[in-house]
Amino acid sequence: MRQFDDTHPTGDHTALITCRGAAFAYEGETVVSGLNFEVRAGDYLCVVGENGSGKSTLVKGLLGLKTPQSGQVLLGDGLGQNEIGYLPQQTAAQKDFPASVYEVVLSGRLGRRGFRPFYTRADRAAAEENLRRLDVLSLRRKCYRELSGGQQQRVLLARALCAAQRALLLDEPAAGLDPVVTREMYRLIEQINRETGVAVIMVSHDVRSAVGYASHILHLRHEQVFFGRTADYAASAEGRAFLGGDGHA
Amino acid sequence: MLEMLSYPFLARALAGGLMLSLCAALLGVSLVLKRYAMIGDGLSHVGFGAVALATALGAAPLTVALPIVVAAAFLLLRVSQNGKLKGDAAIALLSTSALAVGVVILSLTTGMNVDVNSYLFGSVLALSGTDVTLSVVLTAVVLVLFALFYHKIFAVTFDENFARATGVRAGVYNTALALLTAVTIVLGMRMMGALLISSLIIFPALTSMRICKTFKGVTLCAAVLSAVCFLLGMTGSYLYATPTGASVVLVNLAAFLLFWGLGLIPWQALRGLLRGAGP
Repeated sequence: MRQFDDTHPTGDHTALITCRGAAFAYEGETVVSGLNFEVRAGDYLCVVGENGSGKSTLVKGLLGLKTPQSGQVLLGDGLGQNEIGYLPQQTAAQKDFPASVYEVVLSGRLGRRGFRPFYTRADRAAAEENLRRLDVLSLRRKCYRELSGGQQQRVLLARALCAAQRALLLDEPAAGLDPVVTREMYRLIEQINRETGVAVIMVSHDVRSAVGYASHILHLRHEQVFFGRTADYAASAEGRAFLGGDGHA
Repeated sequence: MLEMLSYPFLARALAGGLMLSLCAALLGVSLVLKRYAMIGDGLSHVGFGAVALATALGAAPLTVALPIVVAAAFLLLRVSQNGKLKGDAAIALLSTSALAVGVVILSLTTGMNVDVNSYLFGSVLALSGTDVTLSVVLTAVVLVLFALFYHKIFAVTFDENFARATGVRAGVYNTALALLTAVTIVLGMRMMGALLISSLIIFPALTSMRICKTFKGVTLCAAVLSAVCFLLGMTGSYLYATPTGASVVLVNLAAFLLFWGLGLIPWQALRGLLRGAGP
């Protein structure tokens, strides 16, 4: 059990990320609105919703790549915009990219480097540490395109951890993985969340497995339908409909 | 072979061509991996139209072609990124239109004579002293860019979304890439030919990717390979009196096939076999 309250008091100074009445739009057309939620250190927030419900747009907003149409996205507790470790969805071009695992993971340190053209010893040490943490150190000289889907996701997760120690934003981390590897991936994310206290925001349409690991749920359907603790979500009408209506056990 | 250098125009073509090959290869690695390779092809066709226009106006080809091709580069980059009109279809649209405009302009003014042939397939005589000077400047800019921003170029090439999220201004890099590619194409176009110049951008990257497994490896290999292929192609064209552009492309094709073959060999299995057969 987590020790903090069911509802996060707004304006709490320990919140890493706060959305206050935020709405996002594409070319004037509102995609998602009424966003009111907080993410605090150690939280594991799962963002669920159908395709096109505004999840990807919210991701862009949280990363600072899209400014809210109205409302605010606030970063608190000294969290910088570059300090959110991002695991994007893979593109087709990436899957056969000629880069070594080490090159990919090291590039996670880019955001902290500023204008220095080269990586420091500390950058290299951090890359090695995260390779070890995700159990892919032995693959460091391997070519990224020769890895399995699960290994590629681990490498990208290591890169995200290189970029940030306090907040991770994972966009469909299990996309394209088989069920066994998917479970491994979720377990790994939970372990990182538990052991390092890094806040995790995970976007997923695979609600059922995702809900088992998350501490909080944010349900979107062009607007915020639910935000709160996982147990409350499972008991709510929204949660029951969404979790039960999937058809497969 | 050394007597080749005693002709000033050949020495000029060799120096300029080597520098442009190097630039094209470095820029090409990023363009090919980002799936923007067709932009190079589209730009060269726009270049042809622009040079034809310059001829008709009696202006210096560079002063007309450079701004037009740079503008086209920005346009194509924008189109490829926002994806409303399919990127590859848009490029085909633009390049065939530019080609058609060029051919019509040429036939209305000078008539479809030997000029068209040299525009489309290149002429070793085309590189002027100004072109060589500009090539030196371009090469310096490209090399400094790669030396100082190599890691950022890698990040933007591998994963633009991630790079943006960590605060890299990916748009600036894409724009710089498109701009430098446009300049490389305009400078190299008349020597290599409007139809052949994009090979300098595409071949070295693709060839290196057959065997190199790291981004650094691909980048360095492409740069060296491009220079070597140009040198061999140019020498071959001098010895056998073949067109320079086409000769360079054929050497690049040979290198591609060679690397492709090498890449197919299962080296690790072979090594294991040898070790197993040893004492």
